[in-house]
Amino acid sequence: MDSKPIAGLGRPPRGARYRVLGVRDGRVCPERLLEMGMIPGAEFTVTKVAPLGDPIEVDLGGSRLCLRRSEAADLTFERVG
Amino acid sequence: MARTVAQRGLTAALVGVPNSGKTSLFNALTGSSQKVGNYAGVTVEKVSGRTQGPDGPITIIDVPGLYSMRPVSADETVAAEVIVGRAGEARPDVLVCVVDATNLERNLYFLSQLSGAGIPTVVALTMVDVVQRDRNSLDVDRLAGELGVEVVPVVAHRGQGLLELKAAIGRAVEGRRLLDIDLGFPAAVREPVFRLHDRLARAGVDVTRSEVREALLDEGAALNDKLANLPEMVEAFVEERARLLGAHADGRTIDAQTRYAWAGRIRREVLATSGQLDRRTTDAIDRVLTHRVFGLVVFVGLMYLVFQSIYTLAAPLMDIIEAGVGAVKGWVSPMLAGAPLLQSAVVDGVLTGMGAVLVFLPQICILFALIAVLEGTGYLARAAFLMDRLLGWCGLSGRAFIPLLSSFACAVPGIMAARVMPDARSRLLTVLVAPLMSCSARLPVYVLLIGAFVEPVYGAWWAGAALFAMHFVGLAFAVPVVALLNRRVARGRRLPFVLELPRYQWPRVRDVVLTVVSRAKVFLTTAGTIILVMSIAIWALLSFPRSEAMEARYRADYRALAATQRGDVTEENYLQMRSTRDSYLGQFGRAIEPVFVPAGFDWRLTTAILAAFPAREVVVSAMGIIFDLGGEADEESPDLRQALKQATWPDGRPLVTVWTAASLMVFFALCAQCMATLAAIQRETGSWKWAAFAFGYMTLLAYVAAVAVYQLGSRLGAGG
Repeated sequence: MDSKPIAGLGRPPRGARYRVLGVRDGRVCPERLLEMGMIPGAEFTVTKVAPLGDPIEVDLGGSRLCLRRSEAADLTFERVG
Repeated sequence: MARTVAQRGLTAALVGVPNSGKTSLFNALTGSSQKVGNYAGVTVEKVSGRTQGPDGPITIIDVPGLYSMRPVSADETVAAEVIVGRAGEARPDVLVCVVDATNLERNLYFLSQLSGAGIPTVVALTMVDVVQRDRNSLDVDRLAGELGVEVVPVVAHRGQGLLELKAAIGRAVEGRRLLDIDLGFPAAVREPVFRLHDRLARAGVDVTRSEVREALLDEGAALNDKLANLPEMVEAFVEERARLLGAHADGRTIDAQTRYAWAGRIRREVLATSGQLDRRTTDAIDRVLTHRVFGLVVFVGLMYLVFQSIYTLAAPLMDIIEAGVGAVKGWVSPMLAGAPLLQSAVVDGVLTGMGAVLVFLPQICILFALIAVLEGTGYLARAAFLMDRLLGWCGLSGRAFIPLLSSFACAVPGIMAARVMPDARSRLLTVLVAPLMSCSARLPVYVLLIGAFVEPVYGAWWAGAALFAMHFVGLAFAVPVVALLNRRVARGRRLPFVLELPRYQWPRVRDVVLTVVSRAKVFLTTAGTIILVMSIAIWALLSFPRSEAMEARYRADYRALAATQRGDVTEENYLQMRSTRDSYLGQFGRAIEPVFVPAGFDWRLTTAILAAFPAREVVVSAMGIIFDLGGEADEESPDLRQALKQATWPDGRPLVTVWTAASLMVFFALCAQCMATLAAIQRETGSWKWAAFAFGYMTLLAYVAAVAVYQLGSRLGAGG
């Protein structure tokens, strides 16, 4: 998949699929995201956006996580679908 | 002198990630033997219970759910320390790690972090029934082989596997069965760990390899602090870390990646499944419940139901309790007729205080039953998802919605419900602003004053509008208060909001009942005691000083009153007014009258406010006493309304104008005249400091707003 790294998720559309690349330069790694499985290489699909635009719900390996877009901002992703 | 294990029994810590079915298992094991306490010096609840094992009693500690042994919040720190036997607690004899078979990777990730603790471990595998229902097979023996400890499948609500689990607990302790897992860290990590471990051993520092690895990968790990006095070791760690991380992202990422790779491998090995586990039912429900339109509609509907339940459903139960307390008073009172002081102490002090405690039980029980159902089904996480944006911007979280909504009925269950928030910081913020929500105890104050001063002058429409508006006064102030407290007062890191949305499940009756029972017990034994003591203290302040000489003087004064002055006032009511006026509380009210004059209150209103410290609605009966009508007056009483209208300042100006009424209502909307609320804050924050803070800021806010309303109103407005 030819896709360039993006910082944070912005306003992800529903159904979009992303792969985690890593932590943005100079940012402190959001530990809790790592611990919940948002590790480099992990892929997830955006399954839902909350009525007020934030947080979002993602499917990560069969479990559903809900995260604030601001807290995904310290990671880099690539769009894979 | 150490007692043997058989004599004192075993202590097992029940650990696991949130939503793993840990609490259901705990309830199934311990049932009604549960006790709720607090860990030393912190607000985290220590929930424990006992169960009978094959070789003697087992004490089970329900450790709060954790995603990681590397805590990011105060609550998680306590939980992690309890597991390894710090936080002033004895080290558990055995860890029972609950692993959710439908969410193996995340659960095994957590389990992998327990291997460093060196405590015998048993795995309780939950949701096996769900996995099997989906026609998947799970190789339990293979999982046990990979982990090096026994794995016992359990179905808590059916009681399956509990005996086997208890037997396995005994075997794990006897055989010292520790987790034995090979996480498969890359050579780039293993080699420096080996070198560092070797150097530490030669330097006489006794640590495990996993501790060394942890310190290498995470600068914040505990071992790094211990090495502070060994500069050459600190340097060795820094060098090895630099060499390792030159090639990789960062240490914690390597750690998480390695553990998840391990967990993923185990899942693929033990779970024979064509694809992912079935989430169709949950997804179908979520299509409605987290839908951007229907989701909100259902949410509003459910919240309406919650609110109505605690507001309306609780009312008849509260009436029964009040009637019951009244009956007991009526039964006890004549028995003590010979000793008026004792009679007053028992009836107006102790029994009134007990009534003030018991009257909260219906709301607390109903609210926690509903919360247990919503939590048990998995809906609470969805509610947090829907509401997070609305509440999250000012430091609260989506989970604050139910506590704040409940506070519109009563702040006491609302404050207790703040416990649904796993994050100490947003919990504190919620607890501190919950009392600003307009609770039902303010209603009598509004009804009395609007009925006396708004309705006759402006008509029913404006009276209704005023009543409606009063319910928003507190809410309007709560927003800036939260924003300010979030910046200034609530210190500590904000917990990142990463929430798991679990599968929907049927709530279990036992889990609901045990939640309700334990909350009721906690309230009665902690906040209840405080409320009782404060009730008695307020009674004493209102009843002393007293003497027969004083009573005789009041009676003489009454007889000396001209018939016109006496009016309809009975001798008993006059006596009650005088003794209230001269009581310590009345003296205090008169002494601080000048402070309240700018808000339009004289000593009578001030004393009524002070007397309402036990609960806001008491102000109505206190005004009844002070305005010579006795303590039976209620907010609908025409006499009390009339008395308020006729009351004057010493110079003959009317005491209560429409602006005094507005000022008094605003004062009651914002003040913290409710000792039950303060007792609940003390209990939930674990400190009187926060109760005093809430009282202080709310009283100040109430005072300033009341003065502003009165001063601006009387100058600008007509009326009065």
